[in-house]
Amino acid sequence: MNRRSIDREAPDRLYTVTGGRVLGDDDPFDLVSLIVAERDPAPGMQSEHARILVLCRAPMAVVEVSAELRLPVSVVKVLLLDLLDTGGITVRHPLPAPARAAGPSGLHLPDRDVLRQVLHGLQRL
Amino acid sequence: MAFSDSDARVLPGASAPADARALAHSRALPKSARHGLKVVILGGFGVGKTTMVGSVSEIRPLSTEELMTEASRGIDDGGAVRDKTTTTVAFDFGRISLDAANVLYLFGAPGQERFWYLWDQLFAGSLGAVVLVDTRRLKDSWYAIDRLEHHRMPFVVGVNRFDGRAQPPAAKVREALALPGEVPVVDCDARARESAKQVLITLVEYLTTLSEQR
Repeated sequence: MNRRSIDREAPDRLYTVTGGRVLGDDDPFDLVSLIVAERDPAPGMQSEHARILVLCRAPMAVVEVSAELRLPVSVVKVLLLDLLDTGGITVRHPLPAPARAAGPSGLHLPDRDVLRQVLHGLQRL
Repeated sequence: MAFSDSDARVLPGASAPADARALAHSRALPKSARHGLKVVILGGFGVGKTTMVGSVSEIRPLSTEELMTEASRGIDDGGAVRDKTTTTVAFDFGRISLDAANVLYLFGAPGQERFWYLWDQLFAGSLGAVVLVDTRRLKDSWYAIDRLEHHRMPFVVGVNRFDGRAQPPAAKVREALALPGEVPVVDCDARARESAKQVLITLVEYLTTLSEQR
């Protein structure tokens, strides 16, 4: 895959894309949150924002947007937050994180209904 | 398999122009897609993680990167501001549409210690993990297993039998990795779709058993 390494990329580009902004602890996106565009790109829009709106005409996970734009996940999240704040996208969040089981194992275990659905899906592959 | 994970990414058509590349993974999710789910595949360098992701994924494995700021490691943070170094870490992933609403993402993650700060963040909320091992380099998976246990993240072990040579049986692998008796250890061929699928099914069945015990 002719993946472009961000290591070799001018750091200025990443800075320019986000205006130097970073997400804090209020990061509303998981890697697998599904992003859905709620409108078409507008003329004069930052090109990365426009590309996200095109990519997300069908639901697309944050990590896929990152791969498509060839930008690090955290940079993409800043761009997504811009669009979320202006109503350009909506987010379909993952199911709640697996809860930690009581008892000696204390393992984080997913909901049983979720497991059933995943199992059925895999068996049908 | 002698090549590394990064070599394994080089698939036919890898040097195709951008528009062809776009087509290669233009398989859009249905509008009804609602919930993203995660499973992590961990293992040492070159053990076949990307191969396994690719053999069950409905899209060609994609690669992306995340920034890692070294100074944000919390362990020795005494409140003092230290010099920050930002590096990037690449990881691969694939996708399986389970049904109209649920989409499972598979992440291939290198097991080396220096990446753990990143994986701790990236894989919060995963259903569980697969540790892929090569019996010639079992110690490459020690750190990953230790870390999963620390995080109380359930996992199964897949022994990648890709070259057909005589290799130690699963019981020996279990012993060498000091695995608790309940952790499934399964032989697999990461290149084979059916085999990779079976490893995932083993993980989900194991999770189901655990959740019935609680």
